[in-house]
Amino acid sequence: MFDFITADVVIALVKVILVFAVMLVLTMLVIWMERRALAQMQSRVGPNRWGPFGLLQTLADGIKLFFKEDFRPRTADKWVYAIAPVAAMVPSFLAIAVIPFGRDVRIAGHEIGLIISDLNIGILYFLAVGSLGVYGVVLAGWASGSKYPLLGGIRSTAQLISYEIALGLSIVPIVLAAGSLSTVDIVAAQSSSLGDVTFFDDIPVLEQISHAFTFMPKWYIFSQWPAFLIFLVAGIAETNRAPFDLPEAETELIAGFHTEYSGIRFAMFFLGEYIHIVAISAMAVTLFFGGWDGPIFDFLPWAWPLLWFALKTAFFVYLFVWLRATLPRLRYDRLMWLGWKRLIPAALGWIMFTAVVNTDGISRGVRLATFGALFAVVLLWVWRGDPRLKGIVAPKKGAVRGAA
Amino acid sequence: MNLEHVVFGVMFVGALGTSLAMLFARNAVHAALFLVGSQISLAIAFLLQGAFFIAAVQIIVYAGAIMVLFLFVIMLLGVDRREALIEPLAGQRGLAVFMGGILALEILYIAWRGVDLVAGGVVQGARSLQALNEDPGNVESIAHVLFDRFLLPFEATSVLLVVAIVGVMVLARRISVLPDRTVAEPGHDDEETAQKEGLTA
Repeated sequence: MFDFITADVVIALVKVILVFAVMLVLTMLVIWMERRALAQMQSRVGPNRWGPFGLLQTLADGIKLFFKEDFRPRTADKWVYAIAPVAAMVPSFLAIAVIPFGRDVRIAGHEIGLIISDLNIGILYFLAVGSLGVYGVVLAGWASGSKYPLLGGIRSTAQLISYEIALGLSIVPIVLAAGSLSTVDIVAAQSSSLGDVTFFDDIPVLEQISHAFTFMPKWYIFSQWPAFLIFLVAGIAETNRAPFDLPEAETELIAGFHTEYSGIRFAMFFLGEYIHIVAISAMAVTLFFGGWDGPIFDFLPWAWPLLWFALKTAFFVYLFVWLRATLPRLRYDRLMWLGWKRLIPAALGWIMFTAVVNTDGISRGVRLATFGALFAVVLLWVWRGDPRLKGIVAPKKGAVRGAA
Repeated sequence: MNLEHVVFGVMFVGALGTSLAMLFARNAVHAALFLVGSQISLAIAFLLQGAFFIAAVQIIVYAGAIMVLFLFVIMLLGVDRREALIEPLAGQRGLAVFMGGILALEILYIAWRGVDLVAGGVVQGARSLQALNEDPGNVESIAHVLFDRFLLPFEATSVLLVVAIVGVMVLARRISVLPDRTVAEPGHDDEETAQKEGLTA
């Protein structure tokens, strides 16, 4: 009956439980870090009462939320109201499953990869569970039976769908360059040095410049930085964080989709959001910063990759907090303009460029031409500013006079 | 009993249960949610065949994008209350039963003829779906079918979709004679708009 429980299944279970536990503790730390860092940036003190440096403050808040009254508005849809917080939390946890956080280790004769599941379509899996994350927000907004949550829910549908496209398109060049949809392969593809890059060979000046950088690792941030910028902006928008926190917008929507939630249900939204931040940060590290790649020393060789991965991820989590303290919220039409008219066309253009560059055996002329074309496009973009739909969005003066 | 059987059982119950629940749900949002559940169950069915790519795409496209747009429309139009069961088309039920019957017969025929029909007819030299997904891999097999064997129909479909999108844009976006203040472009800030309005006055 239970012969399907093998060593592999047990290993997988242990990995899942360990990562889940680490994620919960990590969320505690991230929330503490955010409150302390924000306080420092705003010349405040921040939580400093419970535990050293107020480290246990989040634990205290968690216990408080757990024992709070579970309130449900009379107009709320009973079942959907209950499902929404879970739907917001689960996809964030699932996204962690395809992120490699260390080199393979050997325990009791089993070769164990430090990743929950090395799917051969890992990137698509990440996008798939990311796209399911929309439901938590949308359903919470609708099921609360109240106007501000509904507005927040509708806003977030539009925002998340728009930026999901940009997020997906920004990953495509990485897949093209690495030739694989597996996150483990993508990390492996970044492990050599920049000396392997042959793109600028036989091109004078550029060849010498590129050879000066051979000591650097071949992380995709160097060759794929436009994709990284698009990924970062779209990733922040996907987590509903400032400056893209329109679905919550406490000053206009009174916290938007989770206005009517309290106690443990609110805690689930909160948890989901922070896990999502960690997941996007870890994915940025995996795709563009070589994952766990870094110098490995003889002392505890298995621990170094974990350390590098943790440090890189921590930097991006800090970046999220930093941005929140720095940038004001975008206006809704600006948000849509940025997503559809800037990020998506830029991502599509970059995909075409990467596709040409990664074709086998392309000649020097083609390489020069693509490089020149890209340079020209960037120059034109900077020069001309905003090409806009004249006469459609803003009507011509003659038309306005005629109407008057 | 191995793991595959367990997963198949969960998928089977999930797909059938959610599909039936969707049919009998009285609330539009609930029905849409059950449809999401049904699509996720189908993605698991693809996983069981070793078709990881199709499973992921099933979730990204159907559960993640199309159903969210469904919910968006339902929420915007506010059709989330119980709908009266009035049929706008006469003979709708009879026609539905007839068409449904034809579809069921087709599915039964394919299930009966099985893999020979699909794999043998479409992919040259194919053994079975499962073997195909294992050897060149799901992503590679689909790439060969889509971008090699059926490139022209594939591109034609994409053109069809572009035409549909352009059609929608034309229908939805009427060029207004009056200045439209709701779609202010960045850069066209309030000052500029104010000047234009000054012209009209």
